[in-house]
Amino acid sequence: MSDIIQVVELSKTFGDIRAVDGVSFTVGAREIFGFLGPNGAGKSTTIKMLATLLKPTGGRATLAGYDVATQPTEVRQSIGLVFQDQSLDNRLTADENLKFHAMLYDVPGDVYRERADQVLKMVDLLDRRSSIVMTYSGGMKRRLEIARGLLHHPKVLFLDEPTLGLDVQTRNAIWRHVRALRDEVGTTVFMTTHYMDEAENCDRIAIIDHGKIQAIDTPAALKRSIGGDTIIVSGDDQLGADIETKYGAAIRRSGSEIHFQRAAGAEFVPRLIADFGGRVTSVQVKQPSLEDVFLKLTGHGIRPEEGSAMDLMRQGMQLWRRGGTARR
Amino acid sequence: MRSLKTIYTIWLREAKTFWREKARIIAMIGQPLLYLLILGNGITAGMRLNRAGSVGYIQFLYPGVISMSILFTSIFSALSIIWDREFGFLKEVLVAPVPRWAVAMGKAFGGATIAMVQAIIMVAMAPLVGISLSVLIVLKLLVLAFLMSVAVTSLGIVIASRMASMQSFQMVMNFLVMPIYFLSGAMFPMTSAPPWLKSLMMVDPLTYGVDAIRNVVFSNTSIVAGELTQPLIDVARQGGLVRFQLGFDVELMTLVAVALAGAGAWSFSKAQAA
Repeated sequence: MSDIIQVVELSKTFGDIRAVDGVSFTVGAREIFGFLGPNGAGKSTTIKMLATLLKPTGGRATLAGYDVATQPTEVRQSIGLVFQDQSLDNRLTADENLKFHAMLYDVPGDVYRERADQVLKMVDLLDRRSSIVMTYSGGMKRRLEIARGLLHHPKVLFLDEPTLGLDVQTRNAIWRHVRALRDEVGTTVFMTTHYMDEAENCDRIAIIDHGKIQAIDTPAALKRSIGGDTIIVSGDDQLGADIETKYGAAIRRSGSEIHFQRAAGAEFVPRLIADFGGRVTSVQVKQPSLEDVFLKLTGHGIRPEEGSAMDLMRQGMQLWRRGGTARR
Repeated sequence: MRSLKTIYTIWLREAKTFWREKARIIAMIGQPLLYLLILGNGITAGMRLNRAGSVGYIQFLYPGVISMSILFTSIFSALSIIWDREFGFLKEVLVAPVPRWAVAMGKAFGGATIAMVQAIIMVAMAPLVGISLSVLIVLKLLVLAFLMSVAVTSLGIVIASRMASMQSFQMVMNFLVMPIYFLSGAMFPMTSAPPWLKSLMMVDPLTYGVDAIRNVVFSNTSIVAGELTQPLIDVARQGGLVRFQLGFDVELMTLVAVALAGAGAWSFSKAQAA
């Protein structure tokens, strides 16, 4: 698998703040790669550098063989971007927004018509294509932006928190299409998220916190690194002690339940039943979640309210900037 | 080819969004009317300016109001970049694989197109102030509106490329646009201005734009001076209300427009998204 994105020691500082602190990674062609981390971890800043919107203050990154700092036009033609905050023209219709995009990306007219139908159908906006975007709900705007990002069949599609505020059906539809696009057109997908369930969809994930990459691997491997599944057993009073001596496992009691770790937990259950069959009243195997992985690697959770100081500052800035702004 | 397509794409968006904003079109009709009817008539009455055989204040003011409306319309077009920035749309443009200078040109031509619509609106007001126009004059006026607007829109692009938010808009209006307008001779003639003011007016590029528009607009109207009926343009020239030859004005406007368009394209290519 050839690498379509190569990043070496990439950094971005804003004043004294190291938003991205020397990250290195590669993304393979046709891979769905995710950046998982809390708000303010440096996810969006990294995407902006890879998408040529911000100049790196250190390090180097290439995309499809082009240097993001010195060959921005070539990089831009190769990528599609769905931003975290909206970037549509509210005064134009959905069709006009798409047409504008197609013209800027040099998509020929007949190809455009076919693809516009395709992407609008995917995000379920076909019947609203002639409405002015201002009349759309937040979720509809988001769907339209995703449709627009796919319109020119980019080599790499960047999705910055793509399904923020979307309902489950739309999320699933978008994921279906993202995978189809990868399989049929060979698009590489680079996404950021702070949703665990969304990160599960990725082929590989980089866990990022405070501008640094803490781990990169497949979701399954990351979860394995936790040290196996949790087995939860209930049974008679002596069961816990017997399990401890028989398997040498450290058990933890929670009410009447006995918890212990075991690699490949599902395969372990038959053995447990064979050994203690009549005494066990229930067995549960709980696989470790990415949340557990994140907690283990960073020592804190990923929920947005636990965003870093950097994030709070950024939000403050935005509020301040928007505060006195009235349209016309 | 790609650049031309970009210029066209940006221009098309400007034209479409302009057409959708009826409030803006109403302002483009209303504001000049306000200046002409209220300010024009008010000052004429207050100063008793309408001596027989001279140019009436309202006729003097009319080309000035044309210039003003082109100036305001154009600066408004350019500063829409800041709204695009605040509402996120600018990112879509900045990340597109197109030359930034072409985006700036598209924006300037978009502004110029709207300014030409403004000029046509102004032509419709000519009967109100007793000015007679011809098809040729209207065509010349459109050319002047285009030149003036490319210059002003590009100046606006230079500013908007660096400006992060709309708060600074008021600063630009007060300390740049209004002085340019007041010093252009649109509202009072340079002839009667004190020397220090006169020299400031001479360095204001808009002075030559206003002079060009007077040259063109006055060329088909006659007024009665004493026994004779004289062309308005001659009376205005004798009174120092029209100071330069049209050719000189147009050369200077072209020069300024090209220089500012270059500056606008350069500034915009340095613009940051966030």
